[in-house]
Amino acid sequence: MNERIEQLLQESRDAVPRVSAERASLITQFYSSSDALGHSVPVTRALAFSYLLANKSISIGDGELIVGERGPAPKATPTYPELCSHSAEDLRLLDTRTRTPFAVSEDAFTTLTEEVIPFWQGRSMREKVFAAMSPQWHKAFDAGVFTEFMEQRSPGHAVLDDKIYHHGLLDFIDKIKRVRAQIDWKSDPRAYDKDEELRAMKIAAEAMINLARRYADLAREMATREQDPHRREELERIAEVCLWVPAHAPRSFWEAIQMYWFVHLGVVIELNSWDSFNPGRLDQHLNPFYEREIAAGTLTREQAKELLECLWIKFSNQPAPPKVGITVEQSATYNDFVLVNAGGLTENGEDAVNDVSYLILDVISEMRLPFSGSCIQLSKKNPNRFLKSALRVVRKGFGQPSIFNTDAIVQEFLRAGKSIEDARNGGPSGCVTISAFGKESCVLTGYMNWPKILEITLHNGIDPRTGEMVGIKTGDISTFKDFDELFSAYRRQLQYFVDLKIAGNNTIERLYAGEMPAPFLSLLVDDCIARGRDYNDGGPRYPTTYIQGVGLGTTTDALSAIKYHVFDEGRILLPDLVRVLDSNFEGEEGLRKRLAASPAFGNDDDRADDIARKLFDAYFEAIDGRPNTNGGSYRVNLLPTTVHIYFGRMVGATANGRIAGRPLSDGISPSQGADTHGPTAVVRSMGKIDHVRTGGTLLNQKFLPSVLAGDSGIDKLAALVRTYFRYDGHHIQFNVVGADTLREAKLHPEEHRDLIVRVAGYSDYFNNLGPGLQDEIIARTAHEEL
Amino acid sequence: MSLQERTGTILDIKRYAIHDGPGIRTTVFLKGCPLSCEWCHNPESQRARPEILYYEERCTLCGACVSACKQGALDIVDDRLQLDQSLCIGCGDCVPVCPNGARELTGRQMNVEQVVSEIVKDTLFYEESGGGVTFSGGEPLMQADFVRAVAARCVELDIHTALDTSGFAPEAELMKVADVIDLFLYDIKTLDDAAHIAYTGVSNRSILRNLRSIDEMGKRIWIRYPLVPGVNDVERSLMDLIALVTSLKSVERVNVLPYHRAGAGKYARLGREYNFSRTEEPSGEEAASYIAERIDLPVRIGG
Repeated sequence: MNERIEQLLQESRDAVPRVSAERASLITQFYSSSDALGHSVPVTRALAFSYLLANKSISIGDGELIVGERGPAPKATPTYPELCSHSAEDLRLLDTRTRTPFAVSEDAFTTLTEEVIPFWQGRSMREKVFAAMSPQWHKAFDAGVFTEFMEQRSPGHAVLDDKIYHHGLLDFIDKIKRVRAQIDWKSDPRAYDKDEELRAMKIAAEAMINLARRYADLAREMATREQDPHRREELERIAEVCLWVPAHAPRSFWEAIQMYWFVHLGVVIELNSWDSFNPGRLDQHLNPFYEREIAAGTLTREQAKELLECLWIKFSNQPAPPKVGITVEQSATYNDFVLVNAGGLTENGEDAVNDVSYLILDVISEMRLPFSGSCIQLSKKNPNRFLKSALRVVRKGFGQPSIFNTDAIVQEFLRAGKSIEDARNGGPSGCVTISAFGKESCVLTGYMNWPKILEITLHNGIDPRTGEMVGIKTGDISTFKDFDELFSAYRRQLQYFVDLKIAGNNTIERLYAGEMPAPFLSLLVDDCIARGRDYNDGGPRYPTTYIQGVGLGTTTDALSAIKYHVFDEGRILLPDLVRVLDSNFEGEEGLRKRLAASPAFGNDDDRADDIARKLFDAYFEAIDGRPNTNGGSYRVNLLPTTVHIYFGRMVGATANGRIAGRPLSDGISPSQGADTHGPTAVVRSMGKIDHVRTGGTLLNQKFLPSVLAGDSGIDKLAALVRTYFRYDGHHIQFNVVGADTLREAKLHPEEHRDLIVRVAGYSDYFNNLGPGLQDEIIARTAHEEL
Repeated sequence: MSLQERTGTILDIKRYAIHDGPGIRTTVFLKGCPLSCEWCHNPESQRARPEILYYEERCTLCGACVSACKQGALDIVDDRLQLDQSLCIGCGDCVPVCPNGARELTGRQMNVEQVVSEIVKDTLFYEESGGGVTFSGGEPLMQADFVRAVAARCVELDIHTALDTSGFAPEAELMKVADVIDLFLYDIKTLDDAAHIAYTGVSNRSILRNLRSIDEMGKRIWIRYPLVPGVNDVERSLMDLIALVTSLKSVERVNVLPYHRAGAGKYARLGREYNFSRTEEPSGEEAASYIAERIDLPVRIGG
């Protein structure tokens, strides 16, 4: 990377995440003023957006080429009091907590506590959502059975298609005008609602054009004062770019990136939507500009890379908005899940890998920015050169890019009723869940804690942590004659909680539709304009709702241990086993270890894998295809972010020997360390889940750098990925394990039984090595990290 | 006994083996070896009968294994678990009773179908990577009939087969498998017969004769050369190896396998002494480049 990027990167890394009171203060001023009176809700929201963009402070940093920040400065992070008005106590906690802290200055604290909090008391979405939920819902929520995504952040997971590279916002305004002209006021009962929504979108589009003009004016003004002629020229160019985009379709690579960035800023300033916003297939979108300019000699590969790196730094400058309560537990990260996609297929089903795909891999590799997320999509039509280039980046050990199976994703979309073109244009939208880019609202509503549901089943509806009746009575376990009776009790308990969650979602969706429209985001997602409907009110072509299943590995292994020890071998009665679990294996270490040695998911062992299939089917049947309130359907996905740690804390000891409070398995990965038959066995077990019936699954695989050494290590890893994808696996990511993990594994071997290390000419499980050799490998790995 | 009923003594079946031939492989380790190389890093593969590995660091001296042993081969003396090798029959009764996984049975009888059904599980990985199955050991040719039966099934199933062998076997045993093995991973330890006898306990004459036989047959061969300090790492030894390789027509590559002490701990787990005194672990780079400069074949370090 060049000097400019190095400097910007350093500034981004050094910037401390802090709360900026500016947005909260501006939005409070707006809603306290008479401007907020007398309009429909969408128009009021659009006027608020317009007020924010007209009055937010703006700056252009030294050396920047791509301009614009969500807050007043890098990592100065706004709050959204209309959604979640942080209390004084929240602010103190944000300032002092050890994980994902946000500094809160004296000034910000005063502004928020004196101006903002008093106004929003009783008006925030968070308060409205909680007030609207039933007592049963609250009991399950408090017990850690499920979480709620929309209690302090708005529906999101929106990803952009290619429309902004062909049309400027002025074109969008034209389109709005045409649709408004065609509204049938005589017979369309939604005529007024449509017209108000479309007016709101127009106001939002104009607001964004005006913000860009403010940047243009600033750049020009800075240019006049700039001493360095080279920088002066750059500032003049920035002014020119910001005058053109986003009003008009971009003409150059630079304008294309700035266009995206303005649009991104609009979305993340309007609301604090989950998984911020994403450019989608950036390589496909940018390649036409790249090719044209390279051919014309107006851009070099190095310049293109520099501009992309400027964008990566922008992503890095925007941590996820400050989260509190259970929301920070389920997503304890600054990562706001930007996810650039490279590779995959074109709309026509051809290999989409192009020069910019490789350029993006170079950028990922150089930038090593954990929160500027990136993935590759891999189709059978993509060349191995692309996969191997990506794996060489993976080998560097910062977890990127993750790898998605385009061919499986296309099948998943088709099964969910999407057109083949929309399917090929889609992909993962932030973490692993797919959406049809530019056409779908793929709303994740919360995680569902499977091991907790099993625990409640084993206590006939009672949560043993609190002694409270949280679920329904599904039968006294001493009466269960066989495994099937236990499983059917689990299913009924699951159904109860799924119904409870969906009942809550039905209310929350309507609350957002009515009170929190997002006119700017709606501009960007088809068919919101054509339908005159908001993103949060069924405007998108495919409004999809998810409840994310968590703990497949833990639940499978727990049920497998019960099946094996209680029902197959008759070694212990179920009530006795549950008593042992309730005591957290007190005085029963031997039994705990025998339970832990039961058949476990991830070893290509059908005794366990059949249970995993049943668990998946039960979840799928409880959820898939149910209607949401936006005219779309529910789908399932299996991913955890960081919730498996919080959920684990809420679940007592489990029958697979897991100690009370320890983390659950993550995604569809095996229980921590339970996979002892190598990666091919893991892949085969995962292949027994029908990924095509999901909207996303997450598989983490761990490797030591030495296992991946050389061309041969890359070749074999590539073959592993390709084979997983032949099994329709949805996603795989590789954690290259460092010395710290090995030290931890030496201390807690049971949780790290899956670690394979390369010892001279062969590989072995780390646990199988004597302490001396373990120390040597720790030292060697630490050395390799340097 | 029909071929399918034939059983073999299997030490281990290891999936995602990435150092035993091309691609992703499943390696079937057969127990029992006629050689007793001093530096052997898989001592549990040497004896033909099942044995118990003991992970002392996991043991809490609870005594469950002592009670389970019908032979009276186990006892706890002075806070240490003692195994009387002469009484142990390798039945494995002490393994499942251990709550800490400190005891592991190495070696179990499996029939052809059981082994084949493990191998076929990873067929798609073999297809994607150009991998297959590798028979290793121990010395797989000690169970040539069994290896033949399994390998023949693999050939029918279109699975690539490799044999990792010391080459020390009667020619007739080698010929039992030759037509169902696609690739030979053939160990050459030293051309100096006196040294060979001293360090491995056997002469290399039949090894070299067998090598020439399969070379004549045109079988694909990768020579594997364990580089052992003080045994075969001097120039003279390498010159001998180069002369041998250049006299053969079917060798495709040479793999230099640098000696390492990783197996040393296993001797203690078997209740045996590790007598190989050399401690340095060569990188193999010098030897590999020396060989590579003198033969027109790929030379690799490691498997």
